[in-house]
Formats: sequence, structure tokens, C-alpha cells
Amino acid sequence: MFAAAAQSLLRQARDARPEELRALGARAAVLLQQPEPGAEAADCLRRILLVVAATKRHRKLDDKFVDVLERALCLPKCPPQIQVLCAAILREMSPSNKLSLSCHEIQETKLLSTVGAILLAQGNKKAAASAVGQRVIKVLEGRLPEGQSSRHLLPLLSQVISVFPASLTEDQTNVVNKRMVDWLRYASVQQGVAQPSGGFFSTPRTRQPGPVTEVDGSIATDFFTVLSLGQHYTEDQWLNMQAFSMLRKWLLCYGGEGASSPSSDDRSEVDGSVMSMVSATSTSSRLLPPKERLREKAFEYCQRLVEQSNRRALRKPDGDLQKACLIEAVTIMDIICRQDSSYVYRTLSCLKILHGRISRDLAYARALLPIAQFFLNHSETAAVDSEAVYKHLFTRIPAQLFHSPMLAFEFIQFCRDNLGVFTENFSIFRQSFPNLFKFLAWNSPSLILEFMDLLPALLGPDTAIEMLHLLLDLPCLAAALDVQLRSASASASERAACDPAAKPTSCLEAFRHPLYRSSFQYLLRTEAAPGDSPERLAPLRQLLGSVANSPRVVQCAETVPVLLQLFFNTAAEFADKPLINQLVLVLLERSDQLYELPAFKVDVHRVLSSQLLLLCRLRPSLVVELSKELLEFSGTVGNIQNKEDVYTYVVWAIGEYMSVSYDKRCTVEQINRFFEALEAMLFEITQLRPAASGPPSSPRVIAVLMTALTKLASRSQDLIPRVSLFLSKMRAFVQHPATASVYSEQDSEEILTRATELTNLLKMPSVAQFVLTPTAEVAGAQSQRDTHAALPAAMKMVSRFMERGAGFVPG
Amino acid sequence: MVHAFLLHTLSPRPGDAAGPGRLLYSRVFGSERPDAAPEPPGLQELERERLGQKERMLVVARQVDTMCKLQQQVSGRPAADVILQLPDEPVSLQDAPAGLFRLPAGDPFGDRKTVLWLGVLSLGFVLVCDPHENLMLAESTLRLLARYLLDHLRLLGPGNDIVLKADKTEVILNKVLPHGQLLFLNDQFVQALERELSATLPK
Repeated sequence: MFAAAAQSLLRQARDARPEELRALGARAAVLLQQPEPGAEAADCLRRILLVVAATKRHRKLDDKFVDVLERALCLPKCPPQIQVLCAAILREMSPSNKLSLSCHEIQETKLLSTVGAILLAQGNKKAAASAVGQRVIKVLEGRLPEGQSSRHLLPLLSQVISVFPASLTEDQTNVVNKRMVDWLRYASVQQGVAQPSGGFFSTPRTRQPGPVTEVDGSIATDFFTVLSLGQHYTEDQWLNMQAFSMLRKWLLCYGGEGASSPSSDDRSEVDGSVMSMVSATSTSSRLLPPKERLREKAFEYCQRLVEQSNRRALRKPDGDLQKACLIEAVTIMDIICRQDSSYVYRTLSCLKILHGRISRDLAYARALLPIAQFFLNHSETAAVDSEAVYKHLFTRIPAQLFHSPMLAFEFIQFCRDNLGVFTENFSIFRQSFPNLFKFLAWNSPSLILEFMDLLPALLGPDTAIEMLHLLLDLPCLAAALDVQLRSASASASERAACDPAAKPTSCLEAFRHPLYRSSFQYLLRTEAAPGDSPERLAPLRQLLGSVANSPRVVQCAETVPVLLQLFFNTAAEFADKPLINQLVLVLLERSDQLYELPAFKVDVHRVLSSQLLLLCRLRPSLVVELSKELLEFSGTVGNIQNKEDVYTYVVWAIGEYMSVSYDKRCTVEQINRFFEALEAMLFEITQLRPAASGPPSSPRVIAVLMTALTKLASRSQDLIPRVSLFLSKMRAFVQHPATASVYSEQDSEEILTRATELTNLLKMPSVAQFVLTPTAEVAGAQSQRDTHAALPAAMKMVSRFMERGAGFVPG
Repeated sequence: MVHAFLLHTLSPRPGDAAGPGRLLYSRVFGSERPDAAPEPPGLQELERERLGQKERMLVVARQVDTMCKLQQQVSGRPAADVILQLPDEPVSLQDAPAGLFRLPAGDPFGDRKTVLWLGVLSLGFVLVCDPHENLMLAESTLRLLARYLLDHLRLLGPGNDIVLKADKTEVILNKVLPHGQLLFLNDQFVQALERELSATLPK
């Protein structure tokens, strides 16, 4: 809808030639210098603004025109529309060194706000922030002329300290501290009067406005806050709202150490014990320096907000604001406690009650995070046991609110921000990884980046195996969560007990079916359960395959390969021998127990096979230790078709590492057993299959089988004649019509070449042994490069020597 | 503080004739110059800064575009421009796709940022927030902004030239998000703002 119209205008703007822009500028200058610039001037300015804003590269505006803009902007009678447009153009061309605006003389608050924003967008942010800050403070200090409002100043001040936090001096911050106390604590509790608009709603007699109310309609019980309602607001009430809105930033910038007076330390004992009521008027607080006084009042304000959030708001937007206020109040209290630890005890009691109140209410879940953060920051000071808070957070919330994208994001950021503390001190964090991954399964695109940081922290020797299974089942988890949600929102009739004898026809039915219920429960568990075996998920995995094409499941599946990669990279750093062996076994076992989603399976196989390589390189002797399982795996012909990637690497690993030089326990019997198994496989796929006109296997598998057999033979030399015989039959295989029709010329050629090279090599057994079974040290150096390149190169070299014949001396 | 506000079109489908999303409006409140950079900067450096700013906005818009598409896929709602809406029907923002994601430090902003986005009728409304911002408040502010912009800019009307109404956008932004400051506005404050807006904005 918008794209087409906007695009053509934007293109026109970008393609506007400099002369056109100059002409527009000249026209605008003329119009602006008239006594009352009107709609035509505005129109002209809009076009100029569009041209300047739409172009990435700098658009040169005439110096004189810039001057006109500046002057027009500052004219007292400038129509607001023109002012906005002039300011926007000046801002859009920033940062620039052409502007000669200054805020030193400006008295009018709205103009100061406009000019201030332009100045802060310039290149010299320190100087600008200082100047603007200084001016704002000056105006705040003095008495405002009639009709001027301070409302325009606070947000500008907020921008100043954001752009450059150190821009204010101590005196200046004290001015603000004092004013903030007034605005936050002593705003009027009477409603404001409607501004006389004259005309339609003219009131012949102004009613006395009543007091402000709470969000539930009752009369306000204490001082004015952002949760106080009134039909109209007075100036100081606006300032109260704005002051609170910037309070957190102000305290972070200027509330801490640096400018504190030495006597504040002595006060801490007194202040800590006495203040329990929110608006206890304390004469002692008046003696506090401005910064500490603001701290006290800010704390009272937050306490009041916490109380006010307990009321039931009449209007939904107010209810939402209550939650946002709660989050802000707790965060500010946390900051205050960090700046003055005497507040910790008061805060603790307040937050404990609050936590008790909201922990059962899912609508307030997001507010649990700053509370937990507070306990993390301060429970040591208070020597309080806050484990219950974290336990509740990690076990209940993810399970119930994984589907809320905002909560999911904030929860995971909370984890990321406190990773060090969690992994060191709280086992509940690691134990809850099945729960945490629910966030990822449901909200994959927005959280995958976060989980790249989280996964290494959650991964440990105790959680590794279970986590590997969980990662491979992540799309299942997404599907199961979907079923869980749909089941929860299904009507009672749909949820009626199903017949246990009949097989469920849909995932929804299966969720309640006794056959599948425990599998669902396992998949949707909230804590790590290392004892349980994931094999029982196989039927559920199959059932959930019916929703494999759902976009959410597909998006989730796309994150798995990169997570697996990260998993193995991390595990390789700490895994000991038994764990590595276990990982390889899981890898082999799961390679055909994957969720039925074709692209997913292909990607996972690719990662698993490359990781198998990694693990074997790390621990070559695992080939000997796991020879039984590897034998079984490599001897199953179905594996060639279903998981060619994995099979290829398994065979390669057998050929490479099944040797005495990698593990003294390797016996000739083992080598022979492997030989026989692999020989049978090669026979199957080269002799039997073509005859039965089954689909031929890829050339790569054949090559790796041939090579592996040759390697094994070079170590158990009785086998050499058998291999040589086999290799000689490769020509017939390649020339067979069934094979020739499927393989490309190049593929056939490569198989033959490889067979020839191997045969040549076997004619010199000791050379073969050296080339095909390098000692561990040599292999170590070799493994830095791509192993696949090294061996063929070596073989080619030997082969060439063989074929040249003369002059070559066998080793 | 909110670092920036953006308004851009969402491309309905990849490879669509309408092309990729276009940046319709952007406003940066924060400064991206590192504190240590020398002042005053030279002319070339200024131009580079401005160019960098624009490009960063485009990067954000593109990412929001992707996220919005991914979320729409998942929610099963049809692509935005297929919806034919009656101009008088109030647009429901409740069900509009929305989300949050993080931009790590250096990519593209110097410091880490959080992006909050809302997709309504093939338009993306975006707030780029500093870390540890009150995201709940940011969300309600963004929805408020979207509502006002949709109303006052008559985005549902035909022949819309939204890019030529930047001054209205500025006025609304100055009221709801002055200088990038999120405001704790209860319903009454919101109504007061609406009254002020109606008085200021020409019809």
C-alpha cells in the first residue's frame, strides 16, 4: 500500500538535482521572510526536508538559506508548523559545521527545547551538552516568565545527560536535585483546572476540582505520583511525571559517589533504622545534602508506587502502567541500594512482601525479573536466603510463559547479564536448561543470538548428554509446546476423556492419551532428568512429525545445526574420555532417530559427521574402545543410504584410527573383523546392487570404503591379496551399464584412479604402511590441514613413482 | 532513553515487485560519537558521521523487516498488503505482530542496543532502546505512537504521501517521546496529550 507511493517520492527526492534544491531553498527563503509564512512556505519546507532526509550523502544547502532557517526558527511569532519544519531541516542536515545557533540567550522554554535538540545533534557533543545543560539549569533556577512552562525542559535535560553524562557540574546537579525533590514529593494533590478553550465546551462556572484519585477510583491517600489520576493536571503534576520518568537515569549518572559529602556516611546508621512509613516527615532528612535528600525522596516515591500497584485499576492502560511502574520502582530501589547500602534492609522487607503478592500472578511475571536481580545484587549484604525466588523463577515461569515474546527476551537477557553468578553459585540455573530451551524453541529468530552465549554456560559434564539429546529434539519440543498450548485453550468437550484403547488420530488427542502422556511430560519437563532415557520419545517423535511443516517448527529446526556446532566445540574443551565416548555413541544412535523434517535431517547429519571427525581426532583410541558399536554401525547396509554423511566418516575413522599406533590394544582380530564387515559392504554395493538394479551409492562412499579396506590391509598384511582382488573388480563395476548410466564420467574416472593408486600402493607393503598409517606424531601435524587432501596427495605421488617404474627404490 | 525511532515500510514478500522496505522517517536522539573522539570534528568526519547514522537506520529497518516476516509466517497471518481494510474501521493494534531483539555492540551501533518493533499494515514502527531500558514502558509508548501516527497521518487513506507529512510525525513524536524520553503516562495524561495534539495538528 504505502510502498509504491512512498518509493516514487523517495526516489524523486534522492534524484533531485542540486539546482532544484537550490531553487526550492531560494523560494522558501522568500516565503519565510514574509510577515506570516503560510501553507505555501510549509509545503516548500516539507519538500526540502524530504530531499535532505532521504539522501544518505550530504546535501549542500545554501549558507544563506541555513541562516534564514535559523532566524525564522527563533522568531517569537513563528507559526509552530514552520518552526517544526525549520528545526527538522536543521537537524536532518546535522552533524554540520554550518550552524550558528546558540542557546545562551534563549528565555523561552519551548524554543530552548527545539534549539537544544538541534545543538545536541551536532558534532561537538561535549561542548553542546555543556552549553545546553548550563542554559537549562539557569532557566530552572530562575523564575519563569508568565506563560512559560518547565515541561519543555526536563526531557531536554534528560537528553543532555544521555548524550554526554559528565556534562554538569556539582552545583548544577544540586540545583536539579533540589528541584527534583520538590517535584517528586510535593506536587499538588488537587486536580488541575481545564484550560479555557473557549467555544464548544465553555463552562459558565468553573467547578472546584477535587483531589486526585488512585487508579481504582478512591481518593488519593498520599502524595502525587504517576499513578494518580485527575481530569486535568497542573504544571507541577506534569513535572512530577517527567521527573519520575528520568529519575533512574539521573540517579545512575549523578546519584552515586563522587560528589557525596563526608557526613553522609554517619547518617547511614540513623536512617537505616527509623524510616518505615512512607510519608513519615523526617526533620532529619532536611539536613541531608541535596543528593542524599533526593535519594530519600526517590525511595519513598518507589515505595508508594509499590503500594499503589496493589490496587485494581479501572482502566486497562492504567493496569499496564502499574506493571511498568513496578518494574521501574524496583530497579530504582536497586540502584539506590547500590549507592547507599543502608537502604537495603528497608527494601528487602518491601520486596519480600511484593514477591509474595505477585509470584502467583502471571500477568506480573515481568516484574519478577528486577526483583530477582535485586536479590542477586544484595542478598549477600542482607545475608538472606533468596533461593526460593530463583527456584520459582526458573521452574515456573518458562513453562507457563514461553509463548510471550517480550517476557522471553527479558528473561533471557536477565540470564545473560548474570551468567557468571548463576553458573558459579546456583545449580538451579543449569538444572533448568530444559525449561530455558522452551523459550528458544518457541521464539527462535529473536533468541538464537542470545542462546549462543547461554549454551556454553548451561553445558557441563553433568548436563552434556541430556543436552545433546534435547538439541536434536528441539523441533519436537517446539511442536509439543504448540500442542500443549492448543490443548490448554481447547474447549472442555474437546478435552473429554478419549478412548485409551483407540489410537489417537491427532497430536491434540495424543496429548491426553495414556500412551503418549508420559512422553509428552518428559519432553516438556522443567528440570534436567539425567536418569531418564530419551529412547522412549521415538513414538512421540514420529507422531509429532505430522506438524513438521508448521513454520514455527521449521524456524526452530533451522537453529539446531549451529547450536550443535557450538555444543561440540564447547564440550570438546572439557570432555574427558568416558564423556567423549558417550557422545560418539549418542551421535551414532541418534543419527537415524531424528525428527522427520528432510532439510533438518540433512543439516544435522552434516554437522554430526563433521563433529565425529573432531571427536575422533581428539581421542583416536575411541575407535578401538567403541569397536563393537562401530562394527555394528559400519556393517549395516541401510546406514549407507539413510545417513551417508555419517557413514562415510565412520568408515574413514575406522580406516584411519584402527591401528596399533593409535592404541596399543588394537588387535589383529579386530582389524580382520572390521575388514570383513567393510568388505561385505563394498561387495554389497558394488556387486550385488547393480545386479539387482538398486540405486547406486555415491562415489564418495565407494572411495572411502576402498581406502579404508586398503589401510586395514596394510596393517594386517594377510588381507592384502583380498583387497587387491577386490580393487581389480572395480573396473567391471564402473563399466557396468547400471553404474555407468548414473555416475558421471568424472566420478567413474576418480573411482578407477583411486582403485589403481591403492593397488599400486599395496604392491609395496611397507610404503603402504607408512603412507596409510602414519605414526601419531605425523598424523598430529597432518591433522592441522584437511586430512582428505593429505592422503590422496600422498597416494598420487607414490602412484606416479610406481608407474614411472625405473629409478624408484622400494622402501 | 530511546536512542532512535524509525518508521519504514515492510516488504510483503521476498523478491516482490515493490522492492525492499523503505525508510520513511527516522529520528536519532542519542549520540553515536565515542566520548574519546576529538572535538571539533572536521568536515569530512561530520559527513561520515551523518552517512553512518543513515546507514545504521537502514540496517535496523532491514532486520525488523526480516523479523516481522518470520513472525508473520509463524502466526499464519497473510502478508500485510493482502489485507483490504475499510478506511473507517479502527485498526486493532492488539494483534499486530511485535517483537524484541538485541543488536550486539559494534553491529551496527557502537554500544549494545535493544530493538522493539511493531508491524501494522505493512508499516514498521521501531524503537531502538538503550540496554536496561524499561521495555514494558517502551512497548506501550510505541503502541501509542503507532496509534497517533495512524490516526493523524491518515495512513489508511488512499494516495498516501506519508513522507511529505514529516512535520506531523515530528509534532507527535515531540509530544509522546520528547527528546527520546519515555514517559510514564497514565490514561488521564494520555488523554491530556491527545487534547493537546488535536489542538496543535491541523486537520
